[in-house]
Amino acid sequence: MSNKQTLVVIGNGMVGQNFLENLMASDIKGNFNVITFCEEPLVAYDRVHLSEYFAGKSADDLSLVEDGFFETNDITIHMSDKAVVIDRDNKTVTSEKGIVINYDKVVLATGSTAFIPPIPGNDRDQCIPYRTIADLDDMMIAAKDSKVGTVVGGGLLGLEAAKALRDLNLETHVVQFAPRLMEAQLDDGGAALLQQKIEDLGVGVLTSKNTTKIVDGDTCKHKMIFADGGELETDMILYSAGIRPRYEIAEASGLEIAERGGVVINNQCLTSDEDIYAIGECASWNNQVFGLVAPGYAMARAVVDHLAGNQPSFTGADMSTKLKLNGVDVASIGDPHATTPGSLVYTYQNGVDGVYKRIVVSQDNKLLLGAVLVGDASGYPTLHQYYSNGIELPEHPDSLILPARSDESVGLGPDALPASAQICSCYDVTKGDICSSMEAGCTTLGALKDDTKAATGCGGCAALLKSVLDCELEKAGIEVNTDICEHFPYTRQDLYNLVMVEEIKTFGELIEKHGTGRGCEICKQAIGSILASYWNEYVLENDHLGLQDTNDTFLANMQKDGTYSVVPRMTGGEVSPEGLIAIGQIAKKYGLYTKVTGGQRVDLFGARVDQLPLIWQELIDAGFESGHAYGKSLRTVKSCVGSTWCRYGVDDSVGLAVELENRYKGLRAPHKIKFAVSGCTRECAEAQSKDIGIIAVEGGWNLYVCGNGGMKPRHGDLIATNLDKETLIKYIDRILIFYVRTADRLQRTSVWMENMEGGLDYLRSVVMDDKLGVCEQLEEQMQHVVNTYQCEWKTTIADETKLKRFRTFVNSDKQDANVVFVEERGQIRPANTEERELLQAENV
Amino acid sequence: MSDWIDVCSFDDLQPNSGVCALVEDTQVAIFYMPEQNEVFAINNYDPFGDAYVLSRGLIGDINGEAMVASPLYKQHFNLKTGDCLEDETVKVDTYEIRINEQRVEVKI
Ligand code: SRM
Ligand SMILES: Cc1cc2nc3c(=O)[nH]c(=O)nc-3n(C[C@H](O)[C@H](O)[C@H](O)COP(=O)(O)OP(=O)(O)OC[C@H]3O[C@@H](n4cnc5c(N)ncnc54)[C@H](O)[C@@H]3O)c2cc1C
Ligand code: SF4
Ligand code: FES
Repeated sequence: MSNKQTLVVIGNGMVGQNFLENLMASDIKGNFNVITFCEEPLVAYDRVHLSEYFAGKSADDLSLVEDGFFETNDITIHMSDKAVVIDRDNKTVTSEKGIVINYDKVVLATGSTAFIPPIPGNDRDQCIPYRTIADLDDMMIAAKDSKVGTVVGGGLLGLEAAKALRDLNLETHVVQFAPRLMEAQLDDGGAALLQQKIEDLGVGVLTSKNTTKIVDGDTCKHKMIFADGGELETDMILYSAGIRPRYEIAEASGLEIAERGGVVINNQCLTSDEDIYAIGECASWNNQVFGLVAPGYAMARAVVDHLAGNQPSFTGADMSTKLKLNGVDVASIGDPHATTPGSLVYTYQNGVDGVYKRIVVSQDNKLLLGAVLVGDASGYPTLHQYYSNGIELPEHPDSLILPARSDESVGLGPDALPASAQICSCYDVTKGDICSSMEAGCTTLGALKDDTKAATGCGGCAALLKSVLDCELEKAGIEVNTDICEHFPYTRQDLYNLVMVEEIKTFGELIEKHGTGRGCEICKQAIGSILASYWNEYVLENDHLGLQDTNDTFLANMQKDGTYSVVPRMTGGEVSPEGLIAIGQIAKKYGLYTKVTGGQRVDLFGARVDQLPLIWQELIDAGFESGHAYGKSLRTVKSCVGSTWCRYGVDDSVGLAVELENRYKGLRAPHKIKFAVSGCTRECAEAQSKDIGIIAVEGGWNLYVCGNGGMKPRHGDLIATNLDKETLIKYIDRILIFYVRTADRLQRTSVWMENMEGGLDYLRSVVMDDKLGVCEQLEEQMQHVVNTYQCEWKTTIADETKLKRFRTFVNSDKQDANVVFVEERGQIRPANTEERELLQAENV
Repeated sequence: MSDWIDVCSFDDLQPNSGVCALVEDTQVAIFYMPEQNEVFAINNYDPFGDAYVLSRGLIGDINGEAMVASPLYKQHFNLKTGDCLEDETVKVDTYEIRINEQRVEVKI
């Protein structure tokens, strides 16, 4: 028999899983046989980012459990099974499915449920709590045949839920029992401003509403009746009015329960039984239940520490939070209501820009006790550092919330933080931890996140993490070399700006003025792309010729044996029978291999360089144009058949795809760009995996951006909904040119977005709110590209001097003897070395 | 010693780019850099890609040495010595080249 103790963890939610990870990373990992019960059909997932499920994240994306975690660590997990009772005398845990386990220690991590107000009718059809992935699936189904949705509860979660309903295109209302939104975190001034911002998102807000019953509706499925006599018609209801800790099993096992619910724990997170701990939202410490992950994680760490024989102490937790709502900045820190005796309050209110800030400081003006930020939460990281690390405030604390006056800098530089300063509260990562991780070689944001987990929870600390990283890099004298290559001491963006500002038209001029040497394939291609996207001149112009990637110089993609592929454009994947016949005839005539590509068009392979112009002449005569398969440019706009034929189609996806492909064809960019348009949310065109994805919905077009297939797939982000075509095109114009101007070389839109400070919100502020005042310019530049479009193959064929280059040898009509084909499945393919040698020997 | 062989007219060369010539069954890649007024000749065979493509690569310099980047897998070859920058065990043949009264001539 092993002398290991048996440890049972009840609940595999965010905190239960975090506990397991901490335990497995600790020295005492080998002391326990670990068994865990998971009531849900899914292992732990990220509830904090639950609403992203609607924006396309899958359950897999949200999972918090690394592949093979339970197997590698020898943890037994009982899925879809619930522990029902702990027999404390005989030390057994019994599950609903009848499993009985003899335990030495138990950790309760049973979380909480959404509070459902005890109103008659609260369990009617399509009245759903907002807590689990299963709830979200129910919501999506309910939303399909609903027009109006209502969220009960105007706290953090309720507002997030309302946004989710809005994004599902429902008329949305929030019903709040209290007189103001987010009553726990905000004061009246902040709440009033927040309400206005929520209403601006198209969400109706009803405060001081006490729902007395829910009955059959007249125009909708339900009608909510309020105590003040008012009514609200709605098709579905979401409950998000606070949480109720789950302590059924604790109660059934005779553990002490707190007055206001929750399993009572002490500073070591022990319940009234010294072999049973409770952590996370099911636990009540000092008559307080914590509805956030950071305190739960702190409890998990404390329990591991205690099991290791130490005396940790959990003494409450930081309840600071930021609302994760696009376009609505709200944050609250510490004690925002100034309940600490003697505390002082400073308030800044700016009705014009919709900004409200309030800080609560200690009587001696030295410490920050709390803060409320609405409309502009950019000060959150700094204020949070003052608060959580007890850093002494500047002489005039109000300078922290007043708009910066000239030459007065109030930001708390990351340098000023002590090594013990906590940077990430979700994972308790200090500045010291970050510095050691950097010393161990993690000098990029990605590496630091992987190594320390900082910024991978709620994400609230991401900006601060980056500034610590930058500051430390600078201090260490590690200059991050962002030069594009040895020939130019500039980034791609710098070069772009130089080209624009100095109106430079050729590579020669740019390298003479700003570079050295003759250039290389890196700077030449990057600059070739910049010149092409800005001036949009013919790419085989003498000045540009040597700049393009090999594929561009011959306007075709080189294959492994030196032959080329030919891809005519088929806008939206649409092709007529005549077109198909012509392609077939041309392929047959030149003996080419043909294949339908993943981009909904036909690729012809095996063309020699001297055949390219002949083949293109025939394609152009048959009405085709260059498909730009060779360029870092718009590739395809995939479409589904859409409303024209499909019984589910909401709008004409093919028509839009054709129009968009014709508009953006030829646009040169830092990397290739792919679009897709789907006719309804069944998404047959896979639009959410494209740089630009569009889906038809009842109210218009939904626009997704920065998706990617390929090596590292990324779901596109929903940037705007219900657009009419004109607005849609305007936004796409702006997004694409902004990408062309600001991305790095060979950076797809997905990586561009991942690296963009401020992310989707920032992009929205630039292209939708015109924060930088450049929208008009961006549109003009795109219009210029559209107006100057030319089919490069048409231009090339018409120009004798250009055709000269399409020869295998300058001095002979012979062909490359090394290009040899064999037949496979009725078509040609390049011979492999062995076959080639054999065939060449035969010919001698 | 071999003799200079007439290959093509100077006008057949592509400024800042390459062409390929068939010289007595040898494929010769010829590059022309007008700013430096230099021409180079190397074998057209890319030993990494096992294909005759170097004449279609992008040219420039690395550490001041003229080079071509293979269009297939982007290895760099020194245009004067034929040395591969990524793998010192690999080298392509280079040839003497000159411009003689508007004619391009090489020795192989
Ligand atoms: C022909 C085709 C495969 C096929 O037979 O279906 C193809 C072939 C090539 N792909 Fe692709 N890709 C093809 C569709 C795709 C798709 C699917 C799609 O477009 O819907 C993807 C994933 C979607 C995406 O890009 O997000 C795709 C992701 C890639 C990637 C990875 C990009 C990434 O961001 O991770 C590369 C490598 C790169 O670009 O650096 C690549 C690169 C290539 C290159 C250019 C590799 C090369 O340098 O030789 C291939 C040359 C094509 C040629 O010679 O014509 N191809 N490639 C498809 C041409 C589509 C078209 O009509 O233009
Ligand atoms: C939409 C949403 C947004 C949120 N946003 C934030 C945020 O921005 N910041 C933040 O800090 N927090 C946020 N939270 C709160 C955060 O998700 C919780 O604090 C956290 O999930 C608590 O973890 P837990 O493990 O205690 O509970 P849970 O994650 O709920 O896990 C408990 C698990 O135990 C299971 N269980 C219960 N009883 C049993 C039993 N008897 N046997 C077996 N299994 C059982 C449950 O089914 C559940 O899977 C959000 C929550 C939601 C729902
Ligand atoms: S996405 Fe919708 S409209 Fe388009 S083919 Fe699929 S089901 Fe039909
Ligand atoms: S504070 Fe939540 S991720 Fe760092």
